[in-house]
Order: sequence, then C-alpha cells, then structure tokens
Amino acid sequence: MQALRELYQELIVDHNKHPRHFHDMTDANCFAEGVNPLCGDQLSLYLKVENDVIVAASFLGKGCAISVASASLMTDWLFGKTIQEAETMFQAFHDLLTEEKSIEDAELLGKLMVFQGVREYPTRVKCATLAWHALHAALHDASLPVSTEDE
Amino acid sequence: MLTDSELKKIRSDFPVLHQKVNNHPLVYFDNAATAQRPKAVIEAMDNFYYHDNANVHRGIHVLSERATHNFEEARKKVQHFIGAKHKEEIVFTRGTTESINLVAESYGRTHLQAGDEVLLSYMEHHANIVPWQMICERTGAKLKIIPINHAGELVLNDLDKLINKHTKIVAITQVSNSLGTINDLTAIIDKAHAVGAKVLVDGAQAVPHMAVNVLELDCDFYCFSGHKLYGPTGIGILYGKLPLLKAMPPYQGGGSMIKTVSFAKTTFLEPPHKFEAGTPAIAEAIGLSAAIDYFKQFDLEKIQAHEHALLLYAEAQMQKIPGLTLIGTAKHKASIVSFIMDGIHPHDISTILDSYGVAIRAGHHCTMPLMDFYQVAATARASFAFYNTQEEIDAFIVALKHAREIFH
Repeated sequence: MQALRELYQELIVDHNKHPRHFHDMTDANCFAEGVNPLCGDQLSLYLKVENDVIVAASFLGKGCAISVASASLMTDWLFGKTIQEAETMFQAFHDLLTEEKSIEDAELLGKLMVFQGVREYPTRVKCATLAWHALHAALHDASLPVSTEDE
Repeated sequence: MLTDSELKKIRSDFPVLHQKVNNHPLVYFDNAATAQRPKAVIEAMDNFYYHDNANVHRGIHVLSERATHNFEEARKKVQHFIGAKHKEEIVFTRGTTESINLVAESYGRTHLQAGDEVLLSYMEHHANIVPWQMICERTGAKLKIIPINHAGELVLNDLDKLINKHTKIVAITQVSNSLGTINDLTAIIDKAHAVGAKVLVDGAQAVPHMAVNVLELDCDFYCFSGHKLYGPTGIGILYGKLPLLKAMPPYQGGGSMIKTVSFAKTTFLEPPHKFEAGTPAIAEAIGLSAAIDYFKQFDLEKIQAHEHALLLYAEAQMQKIPGLTLIGTAKHKASIVSFIMDGIHPHDISTILDSYGVAIRAGHHCTMPLMDFYQVAATARASFAFYNTQEEIDAFIVALKHAREIFH
C-alpha cells in the first residue's frame, strides 16, 4: 500500500483530474503525436518554439492518471525552457523512472520527482514517459519547426 | 451449484492460486486472457518429458511410437470433446489466432474474389478481424459487419441484407471476450448456408464455459485455444468439415505434411496432416488432452451455475459503487464483466487492484472497434473461472472502493 501511495500522490491525482494546458494550439509550430498501441493511450503535443525557446506548450489526448499527469506537469514545466534544457530533462526524467537517482538530478527534476514512485511499477513506466517521447519527437523528427504559413 | 467442499477440492487442484501477491491472497480474475492449469495438466506434460519425449510420426523406435500414440489420442480426445464426426477434422495449431489465419489464408484465398463479402460482427477479437481484412485487401472482397445494440447483443433484424448472394464467409464469435455476450448462432448459420456461405466460429471464450457440439451447431469451421480451457499455451484447434479441409490447399509447407517431394513437384498428405507442417507442439497437445479429461470430470451444469452465480453477485456488488458502469449487459452472458469508473482510467484501476492481489485486465482487449462503439479508450475486465469464489469477489469490491477513494 505504501508503494501505491507513492504512485498516486496528491499532485498526480490533481493533475489527472484538472490537467493544465489541456487544449490544442492553433499557432503551434511543433507538433507530435504519442501513442501507446498496447494500451490505447494517445496524446497530441503542441509547442510554440521561438529562437530555440519553448514559449508555449499544450496537449490533448486520452490516457491513465500517470500519463495525463505526466503530460500536464511536463507542459507546465516547458514554458520558457530552451530546446537543450528540454532534452536534458527528457534524459533526467527517463533515468528517474528506470535508474537509481543522484541528488543533483533530484534538484534538477524538482516537481517532476513526484513520478519517482512509478519505478516500482515497471508496467507503468511507459505511461509516464509517453508525453516526453512525444516531446522528443516534436523537437527532433519535425527537424525544423513547421509553420502553418509556409503553404 | 458447486458445494463448498467441491470448490475447495477444485482450488486445491490449481497450485498457482495458493500464493500471496503484494501481501494479499492472489485473486485471479484474468481468466479470459488465460486460465490457470491444474496439476493434472502440468503433470501430464512433465510425465511426457520425463518418460516419453520423442518426435511424432515415422520414428521407428519405442519413444516415438509412444509420443505418436499420445499425440493422436489427444486428437481423438478433442474430436469427442467438440462432437466432431472424424478425427481427421481436428487440426492442431498454435492457437485460435493461427486457426483463423489458416482458414483465411487457405480457404479465403482460394474462394474470395472482388465483389464477395466476408461478414463479421462488431464484437470480434482482432484475431477474427485482421486475418479477414488482410485477405480482403488481397482478393478485393469486402468486410461487412453485423451491428450490436448498447447491451452488447447482435442486432439481426437485417440479416437478410447482411447475408446475401455475395456473402462467402461468416466469421463470428460464440462468446465475446470483452463483453461476455453469448451469441445464439443458429439463425446466422442457417441463413449463411442457405446462400452457400461458410461459417467459422471463434470458440476461444466459449469452450471453457459451455458445451460445444460442432455437429449440432453445424458450423463449417470452429477454432479454440488450449490455454483458455485450463490447458497449455502454444496449442490450439481448428475443426473443419472434412470435405472442406480435403479441398483446401496447405497453409504452410514443410516436413510432416507431404507425401512425396521432388524438385519438380510435391504432393501433400490428407487432412489433418496437410495442415501440420513441421514438428508440432507435442507436449502441449498431450497437456490439452489432460485438460479436457480434467474439465470433463465435472458436471458442466454445476460449473455453469457456479460461474453464473459469481457473475450475478459481482455485477450486483459493482452496481452499488457510485460512478461504476458495466459495459456489456446482454441477457445471456458468460462470467466476464467489463466496466469503467468515472474519472479513473482502467489502467489505474488495474494497478490499484493489483496492490490488493487482484489480477484483472485493463485495455482494449483486442477489440478496438468495440471500444469505439462504446466511445471508451479502454475498459477494466474481470473474468471468472469455476475455481473463483464469492469471497474473492468481496476482496475485489473492497479494492474497487479504494480506487474510488484515491481518485475522489
């Protein structure tokens, strides 16, 4: 039961119930979709990037509490971060869920440390990382921000 | 109904049930995904490996004779279990999925052409959708779908339109793995035969819960898996009417399925061997045979009454939980309950239940079209076997209530 309390902390339950930045974005210039075909979770991530800085982030989708809360807290964190900072956090977050963490990382992760409990539930790690993989794809696979004005 | 002592005896036959998971007694409610195996099955397979292991057919030595004998006896066991006329009508496969693929590939490829129709239902498992979709893409045939109502029952009002002169194959489940609905297939099979179409029945969820007789049912093909019938994984059955099997081309080529091979031409064995290329799952066939022996020692009506009582008790208790909705409320149901809870994703329900030692399944259950029909991404599903108890349902309900507390 202790592990369960660690997993479903108040912050996660709250962000699941009231996800932040839960809307589409008409002027987004980075976009990626994340799907987990095994469980049917899916998520659309919208970013607005200006001069290597993420000035706005939002998402839409369906998923479990862990994946929704993760997307909500991630988008919250992304505002004002550089692409490089986002990439560093992607790696730190991934390590948080799969490896023992050092104290420096705990400081870096801040609020996102709330997902530490997921490590005890290997089957749920993918739920927590879905939004972050979408972020990684949005920043990479779309190489340059796609503008709606190009056509 | 099973008496308490009968139930206790049955539970003692299943070693895996007697353990703690997350400090709670294991409550195994994922039987529709795979059932547990009784000692009789485990020991039959062990015994084969300890004493009789050899490859089947053509071996001129004692162990091979024993293995072949046991393997072919298993075939007869299955034949009698489902009431088939000939043992040659029983093809061993890896499971229901392979059985359906075999028919789609062998019968479908040679009988379907552009303009033909393959009729499925809305509640099919992906295993009874995707193989047909793949063969339709290659042949130009079209998929047609029998609709369902909100309770999860087939709607057969337009059967005359659904089954018409273009219909060549009807592939339909006898019991829905997601909803538990038991389908009465009589009208569908009669109508299909009237227009000359063949009917494949997916019996994966039916065989553990009801008496199956393929002659009475008069289906052309019947498919099921060993592991949902308390037998091993890796073994399944395709029943096909003998004239159909004889006329069908092989599914896979290789050893054990040929009469003669030359570089110019190969000739094939008769069914069932024509469809059993390569070394089969011998121990698994023997395990399935033991599972049938084990299952048949019980009075099926007693088992059904017990499972039905569990279903009614679970549904009644679940409906008392605010915000819980049952998905699938057909009049005739096997002991499978799908449900959703307001504000709690099925995966979260499953994780919380697991912390109470309760194993259920959460997801789309390989029925994504059905999830679309109910406009949900996933459901939670509890499925009961005859070794489950009312006390286990009580533990399940306590865990469900805790899930609601966490999220409200």
